[in-house]
Amino acid sequence: MQNQYTDWKQALRSGLLGGAITVLLSLIGIVTAFSNTYIVNKVISFGELLIVGPIAALSLVAIQKARARHPGLLILTAIISGLTSGLVILALAGLGQVINLRAMFLNASNDLYAIYAYKQALVPGLLLRLLVSGLVGALVAGFTLLPGRIKAAISQGLLYVILVGLMGRLIGTVLNTWGFVAILFKWMFVANSLSPIGAIFLFLLTGGLAYWRYGRPKTKQITDPKKQKLVRWGTLGGFGLLLIFLPNILGMWFSEILDNVGLFILMGLGLNIVVGFAGLLDLGYVAFYAIGAYTIGVLTSPELGFFNLTFWQAFPIALIMAFLAGVLLGLPILKMRGDYLAIVTLGFGEIIRILVLSDWLKPWLGGTQGIQRIQRPVVGIGEFSITLQSQQQLYYLILAGIVLVAFVAVRLRDSRLGRTWMALREDEDVAVAMGINHVATKLTAFAMGALFSGIGGTLFAAKIGSIYPSSFQFLVSINILSLIIVGGMGSIPGVFVGALALMGLPELMREFAEYRYLFYGAALVAMMLTKPEGLWPEARHRLEFHEEETPPPEESEAVPESA
Amino acid sequence: MTKRLFVVLSLFIVAALLLTACGQKGVECDDPIGCVVIGPNEPVHIAYALVVAGPNETLGIDSRNGIEIAISDTGGEILGHPVQFDGEDTGCNAEGGQAAGTKLAADSTIVAVIGTSCSSEARVAMPLFSEAGFVVVSPSNTAPDLTEAGNPNNYPGYFRTAHNDQVQGRVAAEFAYNVLGVRRAATIHDGSLYAEKLQEVFANTFAELGGTVTTQQAVDPNQTDMSSVLTSIAAGNPEIIYFPIFMPAGGFIIRQARITPGLEEVYLMGADGLFSPDVMQGGGAEVEGFMVSSPLVQGPDYDAFVAKYQEMFGTAPISIFHAHAYDAYMLVKAAIESVAIVQSDGTLIIPRQALRDAMAATTNFDGLTGNLTCTPTGDCADPYIAVYQYHAGQYPPEVIWQP
Amino acid sequence: MFRTWRQKITMTDIMVWIIGLSIAVVVIWGTISTLQSGKYSAASWFDLVIKGLALGGVYALIAMGYTLVYGILRMINFAHSEVFMSGPFTAVFLANALQSNGFLSRQPLLGMLAITLLSMAVSMSVAILVERVAYRPLRNAPRLVPLITAIGASFFLQYTFRGFYGSGFEAYPTIEALNGYWRIGAIPLFKTQAVVIIAAVVMMFLLYAIVMWSKLGKAMRAVSEDKEAAALMGIDVDAIIVFTFALGGAAAGAGGILYILQFPVVHFYMGFIPGLKAFTAAVLGGIGNVPGAFLGAMVLGLLESVGPNLFLDGLGIPVASQLKDAIAFIILVFILIFRPSGILGERLSQTKV
Repeated sequence: MQNQYTDWKQALRSGLLGGAITVLLSLIGIVTAFSNTYIVNKVISFGELLIVGPIAALSLVAIQKARARHPGLLILTAIISGLTSGLVILALAGLGQVINLRAMFLNASNDLYAIYAYKQALVPGLLLRLLVSGLVGALVAGFTLLPGRIKAAISQGLLYVILVGLMGRLIGTVLNTWGFVAILFKWMFVANSLSPIGAIFLFLLTGGLAYWRYGRPKTKQITDPKKQKLVRWGTLGGFGLLLIFLPNILGMWFSEILDNVGLFILMGLGLNIVVGFAGLLDLGYVAFYAIGAYTIGVLTSPELGFFNLTFWQAFPIALIMAFLAGVLLGLPILKMRGDYLAIVTLGFGEIIRILVLSDWLKPWLGGTQGIQRIQRPVVGIGEFSITLQSQQQLYYLILAGIVLVAFVAVRLRDSRLGRTWMALREDEDVAVAMGINHVATKLTAFAMGALFSGIGGTLFAAKIGSIYPSSFQFLVSINILSLIIVGGMGSIPGVFVGALALMGLPELMREFAEYRYLFYGAALVAMMLTKPEGLWPEARHRLEFHEEETPPPEESEAVPESA
Repeated sequence: MTKRLFVVLSLFIVAALLLTACGQKGVECDDPIGCVVIGPNEPVHIAYALVVAGPNETLGIDSRNGIEIAISDTGGEILGHPVQFDGEDTGCNAEGGQAAGTKLAADSTIVAVIGTSCSSEARVAMPLFSEAGFVVVSPSNTAPDLTEAGNPNNYPGYFRTAHNDQVQGRVAAEFAYNVLGVRRAATIHDGSLYAEKLQEVFANTFAELGGTVTTQQAVDPNQTDMSSVLTSIAAGNPEIIYFPIFMPAGGFIIRQARITPGLEEVYLMGADGLFSPDVMQGGGAEVEGFMVSSPLVQGPDYDAFVAKYQEMFGTAPISIFHAHAYDAYMLVKAAIESVAIVQSDGTLIIPRQALRDAMAATTNFDGLTGNLTCTPTGDCADPYIAVYQYHAGQYPPEVIWQP
Repeated sequence: MFRTWRQKITMTDIMVWIIGLSIAVVVIWGTISTLQSGKYSAASWFDLVIKGLALGGVYALIAMGYTLVYGILRMINFAHSEVFMSGPFTAVFLANALQSNGFLSRQPLLGMLAITLLSMAVSMSVAILVERVAYRPLRNAPRLVPLITAIGASFFLQYTFRGFYGSGFEAYPTIEALNGYWRIGAIPLFKTQAVVIIAAVVMMFLLYAIVMWSKLGKAMRAVSEDKEAAALMGIDVDAIIVFTFALGGAAAGAGGILYILQFPVVHFYMGFIPGLKAFTAAVLGGIGNVPGAFLGAMVLGLLESVGPNLFLDGLGIPVASQLKDAIAFIILVFILIFRPSGILGERLSQTKV
């Protein structure tokens, strides 16, 4: 009896929470805004998914938390949860009829209530909504009672349908550049969303695949070291080839995204040295990015007309400037720790931005009006030279930069210097007591980080052709910091994964227009909650999180001789 | 698993590369930069490139709202085809402009783009848009170089319904010198291209007329405490402070100027960036007497527009360029209607260069912001600028001077 | 210890000192030449000081949230600027409703109280919610991980409130009772600023009293010292952490009302800059330290309002006030060079290790 009582309460609580989340999403406005963004054309819209999704998710929670095991009771629990959610939605709609909620909440509009009521008359429509909510609960319960294999197939199929449906427009942009192939896929998409037939096809395909794969071993472990090597090089080679052809395959728009991701990978690799290796929290990393970009701008722009150097003549000077700035910032903060360090670096970033914006330095740095007509890099000799101008061309320059910087970063990590950085990160006092020169160590970390960021800045200036102070906001520092932590602090592959996730994602999320930062924020929280160690953690850190697991074999190669 | 995936992927890619060679067939079109062909029942695609997310988003969202009203006022269709209206956030910075520009430029169904919000975006995005053959109409770019003949930043296909800073800054300075009769002026900008250029034009004109510019100051757009800048201005004893900036910083200057020793009686003047009900609310009682220069937007048409805005978006207009955006859409629509070739099956063919020419040929178009006539370089705004004065608790402000 | 100090005095130390001293020289030189030029009257300076203190009062109340949470969890609650924004941004609707039915002009005190309480309640709930969703599951993760969830939560909250109330500005009505000024001799003292400074001081004292002398405050300090030991002593650590967030949130909500008394325009992005400044203030004063946060905030407020005119005007730098944040940060670096743990901060390096 006691059990059933708590199950009731749990169901009610889940239902209330589900309803509350739906109401929240409605009041934020995304339900209305996406009510015409179809996932499956004219069948289900993203807005509708945002109403039903939380209800379904919380019904699932109610079932999982329920103590009862009897199928009938479970279904009942889920239905109660779903109905409660539906009632919450009804309550909002009802309240909206009585008082003018719109004076405060802009999105509590009649449009919203009409969406709740499936565009029917309010009373029958809302009753239908209630019914559907209960039904959703029942369906979820029914789903949980299915065998695992079918469950996997259904959830996989649904996931792909939703993702592909949401990204319909983007997929269209890519397909359009593929000419003939586009025709093969035309029937799957109608007006930037999946056609019903396309949705069924996709569901059956991906669901079937999951059904077939279920329970099979994932991959055979290759134990033969020779074969292992072959596979590794093969994968690497294939990956390299893919990277080289990527801009042509994906077209201009994706090249733009790749370029942006690339720039952030460059800077992420640099900040990873400062934060990930040496453990110095730097919130003003954008400063070096700005210094790199502005040095190129001042030296090459004919508009200012001081030097009129070419990009490649200015490039080494920009790197030297960034490097020196790193040392200069490094000096006063040698004795500071943790958050004191963070705030001083943050201040440094702001100081640089304010200086380049200021009217005081306007004759030299352009002030508000920025610097325009920055020289693009020219590669090749004589008549074989080309100016790298489009995003597709600059991609290769950025790629080359990444390869170089990543190589340096890996070598640094495995060098004596890298180990002293990590020793400093783990415990500064002990490291100093062991005879590590913490001054030199910290300064090199800062200077190397600054140097990499400076490279990023020069490439940014080359890519965009004109720079303004507004491109060097505090937010950039935050983004770079986020990407190395999301990727896994101190992990070099993590930087790549993190940059793809954090810089690629918001670009892909352009579909959500003004709501993209909302989704971005939610994604950031969700990612850290599910994988606090990062998407691709450094081997050493992975151990800290999962102490019971054995270390992966690759680690044995990277273990230092001892410091 | 990964290996197999790679094989499949690479095969796929090779196939795709081979097939890319055989491009799509073109429809007969003798326009030098191509045509947009819209099949029967297919929509006319008009995109926006405005700042709709981030700290400057009110600027772009307001413009977008204006366009949506324009679309709804015209029944959501052009020549019997529905209008597809979507677009990209530009972030009010150069890299955002480039990203949005690249994405939109890749979409060949787009006929015209309404944007950008900020001049820095236009400078980066325009080469892409221009190359793609679009007509671009900006509701809020004011930087002079964008429409200056011979300037590398003046791209073909660019138009704007917003006022060139040259026009507005000059009018404001002449008004201050000749009508108010003041001789000492101070200016403030907020680090935006718009404000910086406008105050520069104002200061230069004011000095040319014979006045003294005591100081040219700047604030941060997110700054709230203006005491240091105002005290510094007060030390020069100006008779007028010209600050062509935006809310909320403009509201804070209005309020705090009155409680700064030495500035109790000074004239305060802004530009169309401060022509908004928010100024009346945010300025409180101190808004009394505050002046702005702005195009003459008044009359029953505008009142109907504001009422519709309130109804559609649940709020009064949140910024100032909604009327310019409304006119931008209307200009584009009129130009499309004048050049589009309607075929018997309902297919619409829009020649791109002809569309640009039609835009440039716009004369005396009756818009919300006046009679619009486009220059060959793209300035379409009516140079008819009036000066308004706010009174506490009263909106819209009173027209106190017009040319 | 002494030996290591001897070893540490190297070229780099000398260079650091040179950096510090050159900042000092520039500041002093600028100050002297500004004062000599006599460009500004004494009344102007007084006015700037009062405004600086009033600004500092707002920063102080926001800084409380940072410093309290830091004291307990050793983490920067980056979402706190949104906690600050949520209160006044919600209470504006109550304020306008009270204004339109005339209650605010009839009963200004009661009206303001209601608005303040609503603002505090909203900020407090948001703070608690953030703790529950974004921080509690990560209690044992490395300290940079909650920093990222905080940033994520910050984005999410900004755009949630933007969705709720729109991206336009909302303005608070003018409270007539606070219009005008008192005169001290020839110098006007504006009522709002006086009220803000007094209210900030009173609230800071209240918070200090809660932390130092109440039972909950004692428990807070115990948790701050050692979570495990506090749990062993029968303190419900989770409850205390929630209480800390609630207290910080309430202070931010109250700070929000002091903010709108001076700057009565609210919008969804309003929290960012004050949040950053308050965080700076908390660090400047020595993070984790309540009086330190207050002192840091006041110093920062003063630096921002007095600094540009005092330090830079005399040097002939144009548009000095555009550089005010740069000045504030340079002075911050200067202070931290000589006191690496903030003005009132303890030697963190020794206590923490």
